[in-house]
Amino acid sequence: MNRANRGSLPALIFLFALLALWQLGAMEVNAAYILPTPLQILRRLWELRLPLFTVHLPATMAVTGLGLAISLALGLGLAAAMDWSPLLQKCLYPVVVASQTIPTTAIAPLFVLWFGYGIWSKVLVSVLMTFFPITITVYDGFRSARTEMTELLETYGATKWDIFRKIKVPCALPYFFSAVKMAVPISIIGAAIGEWLGAQSGLGYFSRRMMTQLDGAGVFAPIVLLSAVAMAAAGLVGLVEKRVVKWRGES
Amino acid sequence: MKALEFDRVSYRYPEDDFDIIDNLSFSVEPGSFHCIVGVSGCGKSTILRLTCGLLRPRCGRILAGGAPIEGQSRYCGYMPQRDLLLPWRTVGENLALPLEIRGGYTRAERRELAESVLADVGLAGCAGKLPGELSGGMRQRAAFARTMLAGSDLLLLDEPFSALDFLTRISMQEWLLDQWEKHKKTILFITHDVEEAVFLSGSVLAVDNTPIRRLAEIPVPAAYPRTRACFARPETVALREELIEMLRRQVEV
Repeated sequence: MNRANRGSLPALIFLFALLALWQLGAMEVNAAYILPTPLQILRRLWELRLPLFTVHLPATMAVTGLGLAISLALGLGLAAAMDWSPLLQKCLYPVVVASQTIPTTAIAPLFVLWFGYGIWSKVLVSVLMTFFPITITVYDGFRSARTEMTELLETYGATKWDIFRKIKVPCALPYFFSAVKMAVPISIIGAAIGEWLGAQSGLGYFSRRMMTQLDGAGVFAPIVLLSAVAMAAAGLVGLVEKRVVKWRGES
Repeated sequence: MKALEFDRVSYRYPEDDFDIIDNLSFSVEPGSFHCIVGVSGCGKSTILRLTCGLLRPRCGRILAGGAPIEGQSRYCGYMPQRDLLLPWRTVGENLALPLEIRGGYTRAERRELAESVLADVGLAGCAGKLPGELSGGMRQRAAFARTMLAGSDLLLLDEPFSALDFLTRISMQEWLLDQWEKHKKTILFITHDVEEAVFLSGSVLAVDNTPIRRLAEIPVPAAYPRTRACFARPETVALREELIEMLRRQVEV
């Protein structure tokens, strides 16, 4: 722990230097409605704490949670299916890749028309952006199982299902955690984009409303909150990973 | 009844245009220890992979315990070149793997069996360790223990000691002979190390040509139990030189 702290010290100093630069630059420009200083943002965050924490943060977290859960189910399912059958792999892989060429932000307004201003149009944006890295990373994890290992199990008389459970799933586990660490921030961004385009609550929506009022600090405040939540969530996943995956790097 | 019998077996890799195993017949008596010795890439591993069913012969029959291997399961224990202990399982859980796949054991029974075999191979108390905590020689012993738990008297070992340093290797060879004498298994052991083959085998099965049409059976003139002192005897030295000469003819420098 001590070593980790010492390791992050240069990063902290660098971060503070950047913030200080921003602070000085923004004070020089002196146009808080478009370029607020970090201190102004923090003050605004404090002023807006009640609506941000009681209404908009829970709304965004609901979208993120649902989006992440659906993305995980979809991503793991697709990865397992593609690993199980080469035919499915041939069919699904191009579709999965093609889905990422859709400029989600551009067609998200349509989702609002299809699903209304409720939660599901936002969840869809979040899922569309999140399931892809999960699918591809976990699929790579399944493929990383060495043939020698699966052959060894075959000599014991293992079925395809045995090999999947006892070799492929453990092999994919470190990949799975990498996927989740990537997916958490992406799903939050997805939720915020969805809210930005059409919603009645949520941090993305709030940020946009502040924009229309030319309240620069008010635009940034919910974004700072989003970043903090994303980093905390990724850190949490990292902790779980450390407990579950003890063999990373060996093999 | 033979422990293992190849009856005019041929095998061809899909990318080749010749049979690497060509009409090969040989047999192995129960309780014997044979080394198949040959140069790298001569097809000796193919013989093991055919035996354990990872490859199917193009024609011919392979019999284990007098019956064709198709339709048999658990007639052999295969130990590949690398120990292949699963890094996410403890040593004990690794040993339990063949039992888990066979089914019909409770968790407690599996652990008990694994621990008794571990004690057998001199790794008592290592069941809870991860493979990464063991040395190379210990890992090979654990892998051997797992092979014994595969539940067969016919053990196929594919260059198990080739990655070990010299001193570890010779003590593992002595250890393996002890294990063989204790458990009365039939062992088919692949190596390209002539000295290893001479030290371990009752008779050496030498690959004198690729494609493999026959295995030249050369008895080793030394009785078990053996020590490395046997390398000082002129007949063992002569055999070693003869085998080296035979293998060198096949290596184009």
